[in-house]
Amino acid sequence: MSSIGSREILRFSVNGRSHELLVKPYATLLEVLREDLRLTGTKHGCEAGECGACVVLVDGTPQLSCLVLPGQVEGSEITTIEGVSDGGTLHPVQQALMDHGALQCGYCTPGMVLSSKALLDSNPTPSREEIKEALSGNLCRCTGYVSIIEAVEDAGRAMA
Amino acid sequence: MTTVANDRNTDLRVIGKSLPRVDAVGKLIGLTAYADDIELPGTLFCKLLRSHHPHARVLSIDTSAALAMEGVVAVITGVDLPIKYGIMPTSQDEHALENEKVRFVGDPVAAVAAVDEETALAACRVIEVVYEPLEAIESIEHALLPPTDEPIHDYAGPGNIHRMGALEFGEVDEGFAKSSFIREDVFFYEGNTHLPMEQHSAIATYVGDQLTLWSSTQNPHYVHRALSRVFDMPMGHIRVVAAPHGGGFGGKSDPFSHEMAVSKLAMITGRPVKCTLTREEVFYVHRGRHPVLMWVRTGVSQDGKILAMHFRTALDGGAYGSYGPASMLYTGALQTTTYNIPAYRFEGVRVFTNKAPCGPKRGHGTPQPRFALELHLDKIAESIGLDPVELRRRNYVKPYSRTINHLRITSCGIEEVTDQVINASRYHERKKQLGHGMGFAVSSYMCGAGLPIYWNKLPHSECIIQVNRGGVSLYCGATDIGQGSDTVLATVAAEQLGLWPTDIRIVSGDTGLTPVDLGSYSSRVTFMAGNAALQAAKEMRDILVEVVAEKMECSPGDVMVGEGKIGELSFEDAALLAQERLGVLTTRGSYTPPRDIGGKYKAAGVGPSPAYSYSAAVVDLNADPYSGEIRLNKVWIAHDIGRSINSLAVKGQVEGGVYMGLSEAMMEGQLYRNGLHKQPSMLDYKSFTFLEMPEVETFLVDTVDLEGPYGAKEAGQGPLLPVIPAVVSAVYDALGVWVDEVPITPDKIMRALDARAKGREGRYGPKKFPQISYPPIVKVPPFDATSSAF
Repeated sequence: MSSIGSREILRFSVNGRSHELLVKPYATLLEVLREDLRLTGTKHGCEAGECGACVVLVDGTPQLSCLVLPGQVEGSEITTIEGVSDGGTLHPVQQALMDHGALQCGYCTPGMVLSSKALLDSNPTPSREEIKEALSGNLCRCTGYVSIIEAVEDAGRAMA
Repeated sequence: MTTVANDRNTDLRVIGKSLPRVDAVGKLIGLTAYADDIELPGTLFCKLLRSHHPHARVLSIDTSAALAMEGVVAVITGVDLPIKYGIMPTSQDEHALENEKVRFVGDPVAAVAAVDEETALAACRVIEVVYEPLEAIESIEHALLPPTDEPIHDYAGPGNIHRMGALEFGEVDEGFAKSSFIREDVFFYEGNTHLPMEQHSAIATYVGDQLTLWSSTQNPHYVHRALSRVFDMPMGHIRVVAAPHGGGFGGKSDPFSHEMAVSKLAMITGRPVKCTLTREEVFYVHRGRHPVLMWVRTGVSQDGKILAMHFRTALDGGAYGSYGPASMLYTGALQTTTYNIPAYRFEGVRVFTNKAPCGPKRGHGTPQPRFALELHLDKIAESIGLDPVELRRRNYVKPYSRTINHLRITSCGIEEVTDQVINASRYHERKKQLGHGMGFAVSSYMCGAGLPIYWNKLPHSECIIQVNRGGVSLYCGATDIGQGSDTVLATVAAEQLGLWPTDIRIVSGDTGLTPVDLGSYSSRVTFMAGNAALQAAKEMRDILVEVVAEKMECSPGDVMVGEGKIGELSFEDAALLAQERLGVLTTRGSYTPPRDIGGKYKAAGVGPSPAYSYSAAVVDLNADPYSGEIRLNKVWIAHDIGRSINSLAVKGQVEGGVYMGLSEAMMEGQLYRNGLHKQPSMLDYKSFTFLEMPEVETFLVDTVDLEGPYGAKEAGQGPLLPVIPAVVSAVYDALGVWVDEVPITPDKIMRALDARAKGREGRYGPKKFPQISYPPIVKVPPFDATSSAF
């Protein structure tokens, strides 16, 4: 990364759009997305990698954006919750979460959608144990997880 | 999920269906703006400087270095916010910023507004506060002793006692004298916290004498009132908006320092000011589950009928009053709503300690005594050789009855919920096997508190429905904290107006735009706001039907409403026709609970509710006799919902309650060492992930409450309650040792097993209950039945 003064130039792509931003080298990807790009769909619950609310996809892989520094995503393609649905059509994961009542306060939902999407992109027919394992870094205090597991199973079937 | 319907009303089109929540899409695509997502032009960022002493006098605060920093716009201390506040009239004991004394690690002393968070934080670090440390009180036992330095507060007392109560109903001594078996037990329930996914956040503006605060609050109504008090400002100049909410569970029910600070800083700077707490701060703000020590003595007849019960509690309240006076009484109030207790004595005390203040968490004051009571009954059943389910059945309250502490019971599905979980789990067919066990428990919870938090005669909930330009808007002060209250209100209105819930625009939780609703606490919204919405919607339906009947030249009774139509007209055409004739259409509905639902004695305000839900749970688990590790296999939960307004939402509330109950039964504890929180992070404060959560089978029992909207009752809090004792009971079933303390962790199980191996009682838990000088018992006369239908 090149820099200007104490700032670095970050070149990356978010939801298919290229950006060139001047950022603090110690800013987290979470801060860059929320504060510089105003993509507030990505949530923060702990800023310490404990809750999963800030999960985004970095080149298709789920990452805790609160633990990622700009230098780590130089040239990467980021997908946030704002880039998951196709226009007015919900992604099958989003649709299934809605149909199963698998969101309540909705604060963990963006991270849950992205972790689930990443799982189903690589394994469209996961077992219950595989779903639990893949989502075990995403905390939810409302739903009790049961309906989320059912939703991800359904979404996998819809995507198959 | 299985719904057990006791009523065959199949005419309902949307009520009771499994429909998505009305606010789902915004949340799913990341568009919903929670409080911290709101940013207005020129926003300043606020950080609070918090005490690192658990108990200390504040000798001086020097903010000059902070004010001199580039980027700092304003710094305030307690001098700027001298008026105290608190959620209850009897606990007005908090300053937004303390400038005389701090009472826990995390108590705020100063607030900075700066151009960004980083600068605000750096400015906090150069504020110089000189403290004189005082003796810190950390436990109930310590708080009961006379203080060495000085009491934590200069009110209440003696010493660090905050509140006490002592009540007797019926002839307790006589009941014990007649009992053929008497048992005493002691239990301890460790405190824990809500851990909402969203950290508290608030943003304020002050423009032209008008203060507006957007906050992640459950109770904009009470925050509005507290702001008016603290700023000595007319209520008409303050607007509090509950922003879309990232989880409350009771933790966002008090007015908070950061809400006061951003409001004051907005007034000083003239710019929008925002404060978002860090996760660590959320642990300090707390207001969570009280640690409670409990002693219970019960006498039963030969056939297992309860003849007398004496229940004592001692609550560790932390540093401030908060909801404490109510929390204390709740530890004694609802024992009687599941079991017929003909003679009942309750003594309770809440003490102040130098820890983060406790308050209401899901079940407010009742999960602790429910845990104690259910295990106590298990032990009695075993002592007298009776099946624990049968013992309970012999003592269940009856529908449409009055408890000994004067609470009115109406619809009551306690028998049905018991049948559902006992049959589905094949509880009685389980085989005795070391390491495998099943536990059963029941519970009951309120559908809203019968009285408001401060005395006033406003309705508890009001709705306005407006039909304008062919569309419907519903305005209500109720706050959707994720529990789905907007969906409930939309569904109630949609059913009446022949529409779909997503056809109704909901405007809620805004003191500037919506009529009064007291807030999202005590599981009150479906019952109270639901009834208000129903009344408003029925009136609107009548207006539309009349206009259409006139046009169709038929009687209103012949106008069918449904499928988006009013008679022959589409809803939109009917609405426009009515507006042409009558102008903009508005109807209103309101709800206030009936007056005869509780007693008239002092402290009778805690416990009454227009209806009670009932829940039963069976937990199946494996407990390893060599490690104490628990593996949950399955939970069966049955809930008397009255009738679901949206069964998908109810299932979600029930499963969420089961989850939260399991997590706090087995993991969660708000622990301290030398006044410091031991685990103020999500990594150290353990809670269930996907991996720990077992399968849950849910049964919804419809009892169709006569006063609930369409017969509905609450779902948000009740289903948590039976889960906790059922876990501990199942561990006893598996290993034969009692852990009379929550959370039940492997180390405690191992210590109980070790004790048994050494020939002592196979038990882990508190050994004794302290000597407490409770006030003289108030003997309450029996309920005056002439003033009530039953």
